[in-house]
Amino acid sequence: MKADPKGVLTGAIFLDGDHACAEGAIAAGCRFVAGYPITPSTEVVERIADRFPLIGGMFIQMEDEIASSIAIQGAVWGGKKAMTVTSGPGFSLMMEHIGLAAMTEVPCVFVDVQRGGPSTGLPTLPGQGDMMQARWGSHGDYGIIALCPNSPQECFDFTIKAFNLSEQYRVPVLLMMDECVGHMTERVIIPPADQIDLYPRRYYDGPREDFLLFKPDKDLVPPIVKAGDGYKVHVTGLTHDEKGYPAMTVSAQEKLVHRLIDKIKLNADKIVEYKEDQVEGADVVVVSYGITSRVAIPAIEQARLEGMKVGHLRLIVAWPFPEKRIKELAAKVKAFVVPEINYGQMVHEVERHVAGKARVELVGHGGGAVHNPKDIYNVIKNSVKG
Amino acid sequence: MAEDLIDVDESMPTNTVEEYLRMDRMPHIWCPGCGIGTTVNCFAHALEQSNLDLQKVAIVSGIGCTGRVAGYINLDSFHTTHGRAIPFATGLKLANPELKVVVYSGDGDLTAIGGNHFIHAARRNVDMTVILINNFIYGMTGGQVAPTTPLTATASTTPHGNFEDSFNLPYLAESCGAVYVARWTAYHVRHTTKAIKEALAKKGFSFVEILAPCPTLFSRRNKLGDGLDQMKYFKEHSEIKNDIDTKTASLSFQGKITVGKFVDKERPTYLDAMNEYYGKKFGDKFKPYNG
Repeated sequence: MKADPKGVLTGAIFLDGDHACAEGAIAAGCRFVAGYPITPSTEVVERIADRFPLIGGMFIQMEDEIASSIAIQGAVWGGKKAMTVTSGPGFSLMMEHIGLAAMTEVPCVFVDVQRGGPSTGLPTLPGQGDMMQARWGSHGDYGIIALCPNSPQECFDFTIKAFNLSEQYRVPVLLMMDECVGHMTERVIIPPADQIDLYPRRYYDGPREDFLLFKPDKDLVPPIVKAGDGYKVHVTGLTHDEKGYPAMTVSAQEKLVHRLIDKIKLNADKIVEYKEDQVEGADVVVVSYGITSRVAIPAIEQARLEGMKVGHLRLIVAWPFPEKRIKELAAKVKAFVVPEINYGQMVHEVERHVAGKARVELVGHGGGAVHNPKDIYNVIKNSVKG
Repeated sequence: MAEDLIDVDESMPTNTVEEYLRMDRMPHIWCPGCGIGTTVNCFAHALEQSNLDLQKVAIVSGIGCTGRVAGYINLDSFHTTHGRAIPFATGLKLANPELKVVVYSGDGDLTAIGGNHFIHAARRNVDMTVILINNFIYGMTGGQVAPTTPLTATASTTPHGNFEDSFNLPYLAESCGAVYVARWTAYHVRHTTKAIKEALAKKGFSFVEILAPCPTLFSRRNKLGDGLDQMKYFKEHSEIKNDIDTKTASLSFQGKITVGKFVDKERPTYLDAMNEYYGKKFGDKFKPYNG
């Protein structure tokens, strides 16, 4: 399925990441956005509010982030593609509803333009401190997908990708931007609508008498229906059976929650995405994501100029994590260097899969700025020595 | 086996509200003497009399005893998170305006944790019907104090008596902009049915409060007898006063209960206001939003 040309601003445009995200959502067919203003994410919904009236979209500024994060789920059952946008403190408030979306398998997109935390922290300055919250923030067990753009172009592209993955797996997908990416202005190429591939929502089309709302297909993902189509569905955040009815049993919990995890875990090879640069034969591999992947490049280049064998693995999809690739590399390299704008989050995931086979060095930063590349360079240099 | 115990008389008239209920989920979880089931019966009768296309009616509830209503109603039904039925319903309605959206939940759900959503949906006049069952207590979690617990009544978290003033919900709803406001009790089944029917027919944020007994956790703790005693109380102490100033409709512990239809007015809904405004602003470029 291709994008609806209505609303797609084809061409080369200078946009900041927040605005590019808004354009990506529009291109992806998102027509319901609920949000609550929070720096540094607000420009996303400001652009949506400006653009939606003439393309048939519905933007509503809700009374808070909690309301926003569930209004979008009502909208999905009403038949819309839907998104909410926030930053750290709002993301914290939305956690219960990320769990609801996971439990009731609502395809929707949560954008988190990260700032420095904890608490109110640094509203106008960057951070990458929400990465573990993205994976584990809601209570209970569930699978999730999170993407990390590092440029306005990727904010556009990955927003579309987020909607596509969300529809494909019926999960909430998290777009983990950060203040730098959100506020950085660069040229963004928006292709013609007929070159933008969209994953169509998988509506149920089988016989009505066989219909079970949560009966999965072979890929473990059930098709969906809309309210008003006559199926008289029951949707609950309680543990439920395939019909959607509450089922307070160990076996129902096992069956449902296991599938919610497995539909991401067993499809991980299809979902995981990363970019590698000179990783083969490297002594040290820098693992980066988001804005930090750009800041790491001068450090890596400087090290290479000095003859060090340094590879770069950049996470496009942070969750699910590319654990197979990290395990393979762990057997070959001396060390991994993980720069992130926090005091250690994704580095734990790297350590977990390296499992002691190589050194893992965090280059931490408390937030408020990107790293000085020299700090990353110094850790690379020390790691090469072994 | 239940079938062995019940001698089914084929000549008995069938229950006319069965088609509105998920009979495959019976028996329900509510306690003996609880008023919620009575209100569900009223709701089913209101649906029956409303001639609505039932494929286009959706029901949303939050958490708690009343929050379980959605699961027993044979409509598109959504049992959401604690306090958040109204924003879910807002998204559902705005995504598909052809749906008639009903929020059906308890006093704790809609006015404590959900209080902010309640006032804003009324202010925006989002087109939905909110049915609030007020049993003066948190039932499902074990009888804790609610924003509706009357002064001096006891609850498990106010074992020495409640010292917080309770909400006057009709006054709250009206002051925030609800276009229809009524209060009845589970004793007033015909009035309640009529009120729900009127609320369903109303365009905009319509609000029906129904007082209901919670014999297990409110009445027993406060030595008020069982469900039947509470119904007798509702019968004997209710005063029907239509069109009154809702400011005077506050409730006290074992005092008079003011019931009636208090507000019935017109005001542009969120969608109508948006379409009208954008229509003027953008002229022919704007096509009215209809989902």
